[in-house]
Amino acid sequence: MGGELRFVQGNEACVEGAMYAGLDFFAGYPITPSTEIAELLASRLPLKGGKFLQMEDEIASICAIIGASLTGNKVMTATSGPGFSLMQEGLGYAIMAEIPCVIVDVQRGGPSTGLPTKVSQGDVNQARWGVHGDHAIVALTASNHQDVFSITVDAFNFSETYRTPVILLFDEVIGHMRERLKIPEPGEIPLVERLKTSVKEGVDYHPYLQREDGRLPMSDFGGVHRYNVTGLFHDMWGFPSEKPSVVHELMRHLVDKIDHHVDKMARYREYFIEDAEMLLISYGSSARSALHMVTDRRQHGERVGLLELQTLWPFPAAVVREKTRNARYVVVVEMNMGQMLQPVKAAVEKPERVFLANRVDGVLITPADILNILRLIQGKGV
Amino acid sequence: MAKLKLRAHVINREWCKGCGICVHFCPRKVLELDEFDKVVAARPQDCVCCKLCELRCSDLAIEVQTEQD
Amino acid sequence: MPARDYIRERFFPHMWCPGCGHGIVLNGLVHAIENIGLKKNDIVMVSGIGCSSRIAGYMDFHTLHTIHGRALAFAIGVKMSRPDLTLLVPMGDGDALSIGGNHFIHACRRNIDMTAIVMNNRVYGMTGGQYSPLSGHGTMATTAPYTNIDQAFDIVSMATAAGATFVARATAYHVQQLPNILEEAIRHKGFSVVEVMTPCPTYFGRKNKEGSAVNMMDNLKTRTTPIGSKAKQENPSLIERGVFVKKELPEYCAEYQRIVEQAMKGK
Repeated sequence: MGGELRFVQGNEACVEGAMYAGLDFFAGYPITPSTEIAELLASRLPLKGGKFLQMEDEIASICAIIGASLTGNKVMTATSGPGFSLMQEGLGYAIMAEIPCVIVDVQRGGPSTGLPTKVSQGDVNQARWGVHGDHAIVALTASNHQDVFSITVDAFNFSETYRTPVILLFDEVIGHMRERLKIPEPGEIPLVERLKTSVKEGVDYHPYLQREDGRLPMSDFGGVHRYNVTGLFHDMWGFPSEKPSVVHELMRHLVDKIDHHVDKMARYREYFIEDAEMLLISYGSSARSALHMVTDRRQHGERVGLLELQTLWPFPAAVVREKTRNARYVVVVEMNMGQMLQPVKAAVEKPERVFLANRVDGVLITPADILNILRLIQGKGV
Repeated sequence: MAKLKLRAHVINREWCKGCGICVHFCPRKVLELDEFDKVVAARPQDCVCCKLCELRCSDLAIEVQTEQD
Repeated sequence: MPARDYIRERFFPHMWCPGCGHGIVLNGLVHAIENIGLKKNDIVMVSGIGCSSRIAGYMDFHTLHTIHGRALAFAIGVKMSRPDLTLLVPMGDGDALSIGGNHFIHACRRNIDMTAIVMNNRVYGMTGGQYSPLSGHGTMATTAPYTNIDQAFDIVSMATAAGATFVARATAYHVQQLPNILEEAIRHKGFSVVEVMTPCPTYFGRKNKEGSAVNMMDNLKTRTTPIGSKAKQENPSLIERGVFVKKELPEYCAEYQRIVEQAMKGK
């Protein structure tokens, strides 16, 4: 219902965003802390004639949504780190075959079974490089439920626009925490629908031939155009090819179609950045603590600011470079061993001025934790 | 059903890989492999149009055309 | 010749070795489809990885060449969103029952309307002759240079136990029976499994001294027998072929439609 005020978990906000975006098909496998997404969709999707499937594992789940996407559906799956590991081969297939789909990873502590019910942001690099081979990837996140909703809609929109899988990288705290969500009115957030080919029946259709704007119009499986889809390098008809020129062109296309649109996909929020001497960069639930700490220190007259990233991949390097220009210190706040620290260091003018404020013990990093680390960096002690 | 009458064995020499399955299992020994290991209908007059060669051809290289087709 | 109407001729001659049974399966499948009178636009063929999986590229349907072992999982996504389409899922023995074994048994259990064709040549051909879960004890392979100590699955028993509602076995030799069984499997409303025993003269045949493609076809003739035949009673080592299971159970897409109706009624 548009305009409705709700008090929900982050996982529920994600479900609402997906339904708003036009989700038709979900397949998943139970795993903490993402399971609520599957549970909610099991009851919500049939209400609109949509399909919900509980598959035998995460591998089957991502494969099923890719199959469903090919028939023209908007599709999603949801999991957590261990399941996300299993999904990597399907994710690679969706990248190679350019199939729109959304994969939610509600992160928990890892590696392995790790800390099933505790928070972590340890899958940032799994999202980036979990798939073998060169590729570009889109991964988005958010720190509050209103943003979880809208970034979920963005995920579907990007997946349709660029014919690519999009990863939603939430975390346990965001997934399970409850807070207010106002469901936007229909039409309030624009939706991107599947770009369908205008090629008529009987005319040669090229599923992998770009238009001038770089987009690839699709034809639904079961429609009038019969073509091939494969995870092998392929020509513009979708048939396997090992021709070096075809391979090179496809690889360039797969990377460029994302990298050339970093600015269009860069989602972020900024707080007190202009005069900030100390600039925090954070995302997801750790950005909540960072914002709390920044707001508090501002009241004490300290020139602290926060850049909250919502687009993690493709990494918005130009934004980070621009926003950190006037800062004396940059502190990356995250709940891992520094997975966002590295791209930030690569993006800024003075990487030696970039520090890490982290926690990796399954406990949400607190404003006090961040402040202590800040004081240490400043040479002021705790 | 009327007895099928042979019009021709249409053999796609490009596709035939010369495995010899059709030759061996032809009940009337109509087929042979030539010096290039491609199948030929050496004794078409003996063909009873059972089409087993067509069905058993892994290369889709033989078609038994009959007057009834 | 009906094959011409259903294949992508520009990719022929195909990449399979001389005497490979996979082309015979393709041939039989085309006859089955023609007998049923299916339109090409209404057929989706989903395959995995391996020699057998290349069949999808040769057929002029909607074709989805996927990941090793995962064909059935992709197929379920297609079928659930478009229950009106006919789903054909050709797989190899390693593809379907080793790496894809879990998807295989769960697809059987769900009874979703599609036809799984296991082209069983008892070897990994694409990678050059390693033993598969269908090679069987005492066979030789590049990864079993002394002898293979792995016992083989029985595809028919496994599919039956997992709940498939149509289970059959055919061979590449019995080419009159093959299209008939495939036709019956495709027509069946539910999950159909057809094992087709096919020769791989290049790897299985050579490693196991089975001789030429012709000899291997001969073996399919002499080592198999119709279900319940007198020959089977006299020689229990014969492998039976025919339709083992054909039963009616609620089909998955139809059942899901009932869920949709139930949910909407309560709205």
